[in-house]
Amino acid sequence: MPDECRLTVPGRLDQLIIISEFIAQAARQAGLDERTVFHVQMAVDEACTNVIQHAYQGIEDGEITLACRRTDDTFVITIQDHGRPFDPTTVPPPDLGADLDVRRLGGLGLYFMHRLMDEVHFEFNAETGNTVTMIKRIAPQSQDDR
Amino acid sequence: MALDIDIRNLKRVSVVSIKGRVDSSNAPELESAFHSLMDNGRYRLVADLGGLEYISSAGLRVLVSTLKACRRYNRGDLRLSNVPPRIAEVLNLAGMTPLFKIFDDTVGAVGSF
Repeated sequence: MPDECRLTVPGRLDQLIIISEFIAQAARQAGLDERTVFHVQMAVDEACTNVIQHAYQGIEDGEITLACRRTDDTFVITIQDHGRPFDPTTVPPPDLGADLDVRRLGGLGLYFMHRLMDEVHFEFNAETGNTVTMIKRIAPQSQDDR
Repeated sequence: MALDIDIRNLKRVSVVSIKGRVDSSNAPELESAFHSLMDNGRYRLVADLGGLEYISSAGLRVLVSTLKACRRYNRGDLRLSNVPPRIAEVLNLAGMTPLFKIFDDTVGAVGSF
C-alpha cells in the first residue's frame, strides 16, 4: 500500500458506508486477513459514529479525516475531527452480563473499539481538534511480500 | 451493500429478513420495520440474518430493544436464524448470545413458536 492513505468526508451518518469501504480497501492493501479487516472496519465505524453523534452532535458541516498506514507489524488508523472535545472517560462501560430487563444499551461502541483493536488513544488539542489513534498489531511482512 | 429489509407475515409469526449493512445511518429504518409489526400486534418475530454482512452497536441496540418489547407481558419473542459467523462473533462480543434464542434456519425458528 502507499505510505499513507487519507480520506476526508463530511461528518454525516450517510458517509459511514464510504468510510467503511475506504478502510476495508486500505486494510486489504496492507495485507490484513479478512477477519481482521472486519474488526478494523467495525472499530472505525464505531469511532466515526461517536464523532458524528457526540463531537459534532448532528451538526453536518464538520469534517472527519481518516488516515491509515502500515508499519512492519502494525496497522495504524487516525481519525480527526473539529467537534466538541470527546472525553471517553465519561462513557460508562456496557453491562454485558446483565439480565435483559436491566441491561443498558449504551457504551457498546467504545467497548468494541477497545476489544477489536490493540491500542486506542484519544487526544484533544485546541488547534487540531479530537484525534483518535487506533493500532492493530499484525504479523510482520515477510521479505517476499515487500 | 446498503440495508434491505423484507417482511413476510405468516399465520402466527413474522419473518424479517435483514440483508446488507446495519449502521447508525440506517438502524432507525430497521427499528421502524420492527415497530410497524409490533404496532399491528405481531410480537412473534424471526429475524433471518442470513444476508446480513455487517451490524454495528446501533443495530444491536435495535435487536435488543425489539427483543425486550416482544417479550413484555410474555406476548412473544424475537428469535434469530441463519446467523453468519461474523455476526455471531459480534453478538458474542457484545454479550448478547445468551439473550436470544438462535436457530440454524428460519424454518426451525418459525416452528419453535
